[in-house]
Amino acid sequence: MSLIEVTEVRKSFGSNEVLKGINIDVDPGEVIAIIGKSGSGKSTLLRCINGLELIDDGSIAVAGAQLLPDELHLKALRLKVGMIFQQFNLFPHLTAGGNVMLSQMVVKKTPKADAEAMARKMLDRVGLAHKYDAFPDELSGGQQQRVAIARALAMQPIALLCDEITSALDPELVAEVLAVVRELAAEGMTLLMVTHEMKFARDVCSRVVFMHQGRVHEIGKPEEVFANPQTPELKQFLGFSAEH
Amino acid sequence: MTEFTLWDIVRNLLLAMRWTVLLSLVSFIGGGLVATLLLFMRIGRGRFLRFVAKYYVELFQGTPLLMQLFLAFFGLGLFGINVPAWLAAGFALILWSAAFLTEIWRGCVESVFKGQWEASASLGMGYVQQMRYVIIPQALKIAIPPTVGFSVQVIKGTALTSIIGFVELSKAGTIVTNATFQPFTVYGLVALFYFALCWPLSKSSQILERKLNVAHRSH
Amino acid sequence: MAGRTYPCRPLNHGVRHHAFAGWRFIHSTERGSVLKYVFDYSWLAQYWPVFLKGLTITVELIAVGAVIGIALGILCAWIRSLGPQWLRPPVTLYVELIRNTPFLIQLFFIFFGLPSLGVQMSELQAANLAMIINLGAYSCEIIRAGIQATPRGQFEAGSSLAMSPFETFRHVVLVPSLQRIWPALTSQIIIVMLGSSVVSQIAAEDLTFAANFIQSRTFRAFEAYFVSTAIYLLLAILLRQLLVVTGRLIFPRRSVR
Repeated sequence: MSLIEVTEVRKSFGSNEVLKGINIDVDPGEVIAIIGKSGSGKSTLLRCINGLELIDDGSIAVAGAQLLPDELHLKALRLKVGMIFQQFNLFPHLTAGGNVMLSQMVVKKTPKADAEAMARKMLDRVGLAHKYDAFPDELSGGQQQRVAIARALAMQPIALLCDEITSALDPELVAEVLAVVRELAAEGMTLLMVTHEMKFARDVCSRVVFMHQGRVHEIGKPEEVFANPQTPELKQFLGFSAEH
Repeated sequence: MTEFTLWDIVRNLLLAMRWTVLLSLVSFIGGGLVATLLLFMRIGRGRFLRFVAKYYVELFQGTPLLMQLFLAFFGLGLFGINVPAWLAAGFALILWSAAFLTEIWRGCVESVFKGQWEASASLGMGYVQQMRYVIIPQALKIAIPPTVGFSVQVIKGTALTSIIGFVELSKAGTIVTNATFQPFTVYGLVALFYFALCWPLSKSSQILERKLNVAHRSH
Repeated sequence: MAGRTYPCRPLNHGVRHHAFAGWRFIHSTERGSVLKYVFDYSWLAQYWPVFLKGLTITVELIAVGAVIGIALGILCAWIRSLGPQWLRPPVTLYVELIRNTPFLIQLFFIFFGLPSLGVQMSELQAANLAMIINLGAYSCEIIRAGIQATPRGQFEAGSSLAMSPFETFRHVVLVPSLQRIWPALTSQIIIVMLGSSVVSQIAAEDLTFAANFIQSRTFRAFEAYFVSTAIYLLLAILLRQLLVVTGRLIFPRRSVR
């Protein structure tokens, strides 16, 4: 059975239909890259799966549970699916450790000592054990994003959604974040990521989704999609991005 | 006729200034409490409560404080015949302060970056938890400089209570002027005393604001 | 000193003698007679021209105060941010003094205090002057913030085109600066308009003065202030709309940072 089932999902902002019937099934342990031009709806799709945007039509199910727009269902879904943002969105008033502990304590009611142990473990996992007491504004962009990953992992999700997590980073900081993601993939974490890192998508992902004008235009294994694009839109997109 | 020395004038004004300080404190603290309630109505999820808080603020910000004082003075009089000036003054100033503080604090809550709501939601927090652990702690920090700045408005606002007969610094200025016929000196001193109360607050508000901006720029 | 009456008592001092105006015994069959306040607005028919006259004074005060006050504010903002160094301390002193003292005291100082230096003026002149001075100081601070938010490159572009610093200010910096802070300035103008109600205390015959006059004649204090409050609210709403529209007319549509 698929872990995440996205069925005929539609979403409009005003009169602008951003998602025009999306179908994707994600199996446990799969790493999926979503590529496409800006405005193709790829970020919106991720945000819908996390319930940050409500869908107009269709259905989303995670591990068999339906996504419904009430607080109880949303909370249940978000406990299963973590999300990493382009802008990190760390809580600036809390230390790195505090960021990782907060939601464990208030959402899962984990006792403080356990939450702290988990925070140390997760920060260690992303290579930042020594930054436990640092505030976000004392960390580089790459370090902040790794704390954000640790924060999501501490909730022990069964899948992670990554929304252009390296786009706001200086080029020299991209590698350290991707290294963490690569490790997660190797450990069997299910990942759904919107990305512009084509090389990373080719090396790490099990499938690539090319979105165009609110639809899944092509989908397949990376070696097929990148080596042998079927549609002129994907050819143009890849040619365009190869130049960069 | 009694001769007034400068010291007599200063002493009488300083004595009355105690009431300006006391009324300012009561209005500011009372206003803050009412504003806290109104703020949660204003940013909460209840449509009706949001509406009530919004128009409360518009009403008090859209009418003169002096009119609010008159209405409190005569309006409270409709419940009991003799309303002491201090009661009407405190009542009106608390409600007036509450409106402005609600609006200032709402601005602070809304200036917390949208990503903070999304990140906390994605971690499974509900509305109350988001507010309690993520949004309010950040808004509080932003709110300190404008809140200190507003305390200056409260102190200046208390001057109007002299018009409904509350004897504080301004009223004492008028009384002393009537006794000494030295309006230039007396009102000059009254102004200086207000300045001595307000300026340190204005200045610290500015300094706090600058510190906050520096802290924000560094990320 | 002659002819000046200091407001030693609240203008409503007469009301205590008529505190029972409006109170009626209302007969109710179940509970006997009950003392109840009955609102009465019948006096409006006779007295509305008084309100109208007061309203025109209030409008005149804010119109003159806003136009000259903002002009003064622009001048002071220029001095404080770009003007000659030696002029800055006195302007700073002026701005800080006004911003940290109540408008009522500024008004009393001008109307009651200045005559002892030989400066005589009418109630209305004093009210006008006080409002100009008050708004001048507040708008100075607001406009200065707008000037300081101007990107450095704008000044550099101006001087690279051989404009003098003043020409750069006048033609390049000023309008976008004003546009940047127009909402804040709008709010301040409304605050000053509402604050003008205290000019009634030096017997300038504004809207509040009208309310005081009517309540002293009709002993309908609550009703008189209720109506004048409503007029102020309406005026505030209209003034805001007017200033929003004015902003759209005087500034080009493009938004500035």
